Amino acid sequence: MIVEHPRSLLWRKILAHGFLICFIALILFPFLIVLSISFRPGNFSTGDLIPRQISLEHWSLALGIPYQMPNGAVLQPPFPVMLWLWNSIKIGMIASAGILMLSMTAAYAFSRMRFKGRGFILDSLLIIQMFPAALTVIALYTIFDALGNVTPIFGVDSHWSLILSYLSAITLHIWTIKGYFDSIDPAMDKAAQIDGATPWQTFRYVFLPMSVPILAVVFVLSFIFLVTEYPAAAVLLRETDNMTLAVGARQYLYEQRYLWGDFAAAAILSGLPITLVFLLAQRYLVSGLTEGGVKG
Amino acid sequence: MTAPALSESPPAQLPRFRAGLADIVRYLVIGVIALGLMYFVWGLYLAGEPLFAVVVMALMLGIVVVYGARKFYTARFVFPAVTAVLIFIALPVLYTSYVGFTNFGARNLLTFDRVTAYHMNQKAVDRSTERPFALLAADDGYRLFLPGAEGGLLSEIFELDGTPVTLKLQLVAVVPDGIVPMRDVVKFRSQLGAVTAELPDGSDIQASGLRSFAKVTSVYERQDDGVLLNTVDGSTLTPDDSVGFYRNEAGQTVAPGWRVHVGLENFRRVLFNDGIRQPMLQIFLWTVTFATLSMVLTFSVGILLASVLQWEHLRGKAVYRILLILPYAVPAFISILVFRGLFNQNFGEINLILDGLFGVKPNWGTDPNLARAMTLIVNTWLGYPYMMLLGMGYLQSVPAEHYKAAALEGAGPVRTFFSVTLPQILPPFVPLLISNFAFNFNNVVLILLLTRGLPDIPGTQIPAGQTDLLGSFTYRISFQDAGQNFGLAGAISTLIFIVVGIIAYANFVALRRAAEARGRG
Repeated sequence: MIVEHPRSLLWRKILAHGFLICFIALILFPFLIVLSISFRPGNFSTGDLIPRQISLEHWSLALGIPYQMPNGAVLQPPFPVMLWLWNSIKIGMIASAGILMLSMTAAYAFSRMRFKGRGFILDSLLIIQMFPAALTVIALYTIFDALGNVTPIFGVDSHWSLILSYLSAITLHIWTIKGYFDSIDPAMDKAAQIDGATPWQTFRYVFLPMSVPILAVVFVLSFIFLVTEYPAAAVLLRETDNMTLAVGARQYLYEQRYLWGDFAAAAILSGLPITLVFLLAQRYLVSGLTEGGVKG
Repeated sequence: MTAPALSESPPAQLPRFRAGLADIVRYLVIGVIALGLMYFVWGLYLAGEPLFAVVVMALMLGIVVVYGARKFYTARFVFPAVTAVLIFIALPVLYTSYVGFTNFGARNLLTFDRVTAYHMNQKAVDRSTERPFALLAADDGYRLFLPGAEGGLLSEIFELDGTPVTLKLQLVAVVPDGIVPMRDVVKFRSQLGAVTAELPDGSDIQASGLRSFAKVTSVYERQDDGVLLNTVDGSTLTPDDSVGFYRNEAGQTVAPGWRVHVGLENFRRVLFNDGIRQPMLQIFLWTVTFATLSMVLTFSVGILLASVLQWEHLRGKAVYRILLILPYAVPAFISILVFRGLFNQNFGEINLILDGLFGVKPNWGTDPNLARAMTLIVNTWLGYPYMMLLGMGYLQSVPAEHYKAAALEGAGPVRTFFSVTLPQILPPFVPLLISNFAFNFNNVVLILLLTRGLPDIPGTQIPAGQTDLLGSFTYRISFQDAGQNFGLAGAISTLIFIVVGIIAYANFVALRRAAEARGRG
């Protein structure tokens, strides 16, 4: 233990806490404002951080319930927020399940099988994933526009198209799962092999049951990433009812139609579940990012 | 750890016929998938998309070979993942570059065949054959009636549901009952368009208005050399494959156009056309500045906080940590939009507070420098927690003895940080900083949601903004404002891909070095 002067230590502690508290106050300011705005009546009102007059109109509209104003007028919800949230969750769940299946089988092969081009494919995946998805949306749009000529299920403005295109967001996950598989004792494989198991059976009956935690983490991470994805969803989803939350939320804040209060309530309502899931998963996110990226 | 599932996994000793059955099921599934994909190949080919047809064909062959032949057992594990990456990342990157060499865009959207079909579908009405008609309601459908001098021509009963029909007309002496009133005929406007009536002399007439049927002929007739001859006024349209348009006799292009290869035309425009090059250069510089400053700012703030949080005498670390990573936990699309509202010039809370405290109302939306400052503030807010979390991890790997040694030498906290801590945590950080740079270089979502690139750079040929990054600029060319110029966007994207490719490779090399350094340590 380093000996420090008690007096200077106290000052330093006060300084550190003071700094952190000021910084956090600054950082959290936007959240507090938004919370306050969501309870203020009207879409243009200004006022104190703690609203003098509490109105539930924005919350009611965000939940999709028409709101009766004190003067008798009935406000209709401007946008189907709950439908958007449902779309986001649906697309995120299905695509994440697909991503999990693709990445875990690939990770197993990269971890346990020796084949030609293994190192090359692994390295290429790392490089390819750095290309910005936002710039390939023209091509993505053209591909699904063409497929839409054959069947509208895979055309533009279809959730299945978006899910299909999301299946490519697997590179980091392959690395994460591979890192975990690498840490499983090779004696397990040997034992399974001696019992006559094929590689598929080894994967299915030995590796999968042992990897449930890491697979759950990958599922959650992928889900969070997909729910917050914007460029591809913005290009592929056009109808208001088809939109995901990330695309739809933008609709609130157009210069001509500025629904600040309604946006605040909708943002909290829809952002809260995603934030909570993230906070639970965040410690794994970082280890996945650093470990997955560096392990060769 | 044990492998509990092993003991209860006898499938290797399954009876033979089960294995045979499984094989049959497998081949059946492969067959069904292959047939389904063949349907797509055929459909894409018919739709004039031979490139995508070939890709789906290759996918189908890949599935049949990899899952059909025993020899490719290993490949079965990797095939789906690699295919997904190839089709939805590699193919779009290549296709985007390819589009850069074409004139693909809102004005040249269709294929040549579809443009020709569009012209051939233009109809001219022969007014001399025009005659009134009436619609008669019948038991389960309708009849068409063309009144003549005495009686008129009557069709058989048909269903008026929009499916194309050809009706033979018979001469009748009396005017039948049940004429549908005009206001109801209006409702059947589009359905009537699908009706062709055959007169007793064998000629066909179609609806030429709400009240009349007449002989309708195609305006254009296709000559052997591909020239379209206007049968009404004798003018011609000549296809010009160098621009992807039909030209009339005066040499003007006639919309719509089709896609053709234009070689390096788009790249020439980007690099040498002043109206585009000037804003491009400005946008490129801003993109690099933005990415660099974002990296430096998030790293500095993140490491500062991580260092403070690592301090052994600090209490309540867990609470601080959770509160500090909140900006990272809230979905970015929500927080960016929140900032968009807070920074609003007139009713944004930030300006209200600044106005109350200092009496100023900065013009975040229209002043270029303030708008750029705003994007950096928001991006630092969004990005520092990531750096902080990583920093906390790496700080733990700095041996405590080094700090003790520094303290014994009498170094203060600042000196210790720059001489002991930073040199040790920087090497493992390098790859992450490079990917952070690449990410911000293409941080399209931030710009699209926060400023949309505004305020605009004055006097440019295509809309370009002061806060536009190369990526958002390209996105706007493709999907907003400037009328969807995919070709130009493709060319710019290709240039960005080259930059990103270099960054990605540098990152890859850095990762390798970091891994090797770890291996040694």
